[in-house]
Amino acid sequence: MSKLRLAVILIIGLVLTPGLAPSTFAAGQVDVFDFPSEEMESRYRALIDEFRCPKCLNTNLSGSDAPIARDLRTTVWRLLVEEEMTDQEVRDYLQERYGDFVLYDPPFKPGTWVLWLAPVVFGLIGIWILLRMVRAKPQVTLTAEDRARVESLLKAGDR
Amino acid sequence: MNRASLFVPLGIFSLIVVLGYLGFRLEDPHRLPSALLDKPFPEFTATVLGEPERVVSRSDLLGAPVLVNVWATWCPTCKAEHEELMRIDELTGLRLVGVNYKDDRTKALRWLRDFGNPYEFVLEDADGLLGVELGVYGAPESFLLDAEGKIVYKRVGEINPRVWRNEIAPLMERLEVASAYE
Repeated sequence: MSKLRLAVILIIGLVLTPGLAPSTFAAGQVDVFDFPSEEMESRYRALIDEFRCPKCLNTNLSGSDAPIARDLRTTVWRLLVEEEMTDQEVRDYLQERYGDFVLYDPPFKPGTWVLWLAPVVFGLIGIWILLRMVRAKPQVTLTAEDRARVESLLKAGDR
Repeated sequence: MNRASLFVPLGIFSLIVVLGYLGFRLEDPHRLPSALLDKPFPEFTATVLGEPERVVSRSDLLGAPVLVNVWATWCPTCKAEHEELMRIDELTGLRLVGVNYKDDRTKALRWLRDFGNPYEFVLEDADGLLGVELGVYGAPESFLLDAEGKIVYKRVGEINPRVWRNEIAPLMERLEVASAYE
């Protein structure tokens, strides 16, 4: 396989990988809440899909059976329906109390620069290495003896 | 290829080992960074355990440093921690306020009668929603507040003599709390 072809395949792989990252799973949770409107209910569903359960590391609020997740769902419902908060106010409320941990989408700030920028840096390093690989010409110095052997082999091949 | 470049794989391997060590240290991943540290304790209202008529709020925690301790009778670690809280109550001038988290009122009152009551008062949180307002996600959990109600220290998990000595006792002097417990 030529180096150019290899490079093209690697670049395609690099571009496609983020799309393959597993998204959060939404398992069905059955809570009985009353909503004044369907619009409110769909906002509630979107919010509980968005937050991460503080106790269970890799599940969102809608997918977790943990008691704390249930309490947080109740709180999201209360903030939306009773306190009539906007989605952003609900996010701020939970982030204030449970930290960036509950957000699957961490904010860009000094503490998370490494997290956000590392993929870009690694990507650039990868492209640099690829460019070097593609551009590198084989450097072979042939002695007069080698040249004679090549000639004779080529001649033999012609026959 | 020169000799030096033979060491490149070793270098990469060492880098992976170091990053792996940093990323997978034997730290409890369930321990969240304290979001509320150095922030004011959230506003709340709650009834007092054993005094259903009495409603307290954030302002009842102000005036003197206070240790707010989240506990429950269903939590085995809280039992171990209880002795330590009794000791703190006996040997220091620190105010202790309890939050009875997702618990049964009768059981909670029996617990305080049987094992002693180190708290000035205990807030009732039967459904855990006060806990959510405080950013609690388990028991035991403790907040140390200064006289102005700012959270100067938060502990997830039990307070034991080691934690007291290493983490809380040094704060007592700064908060000007009388303490005979080192």
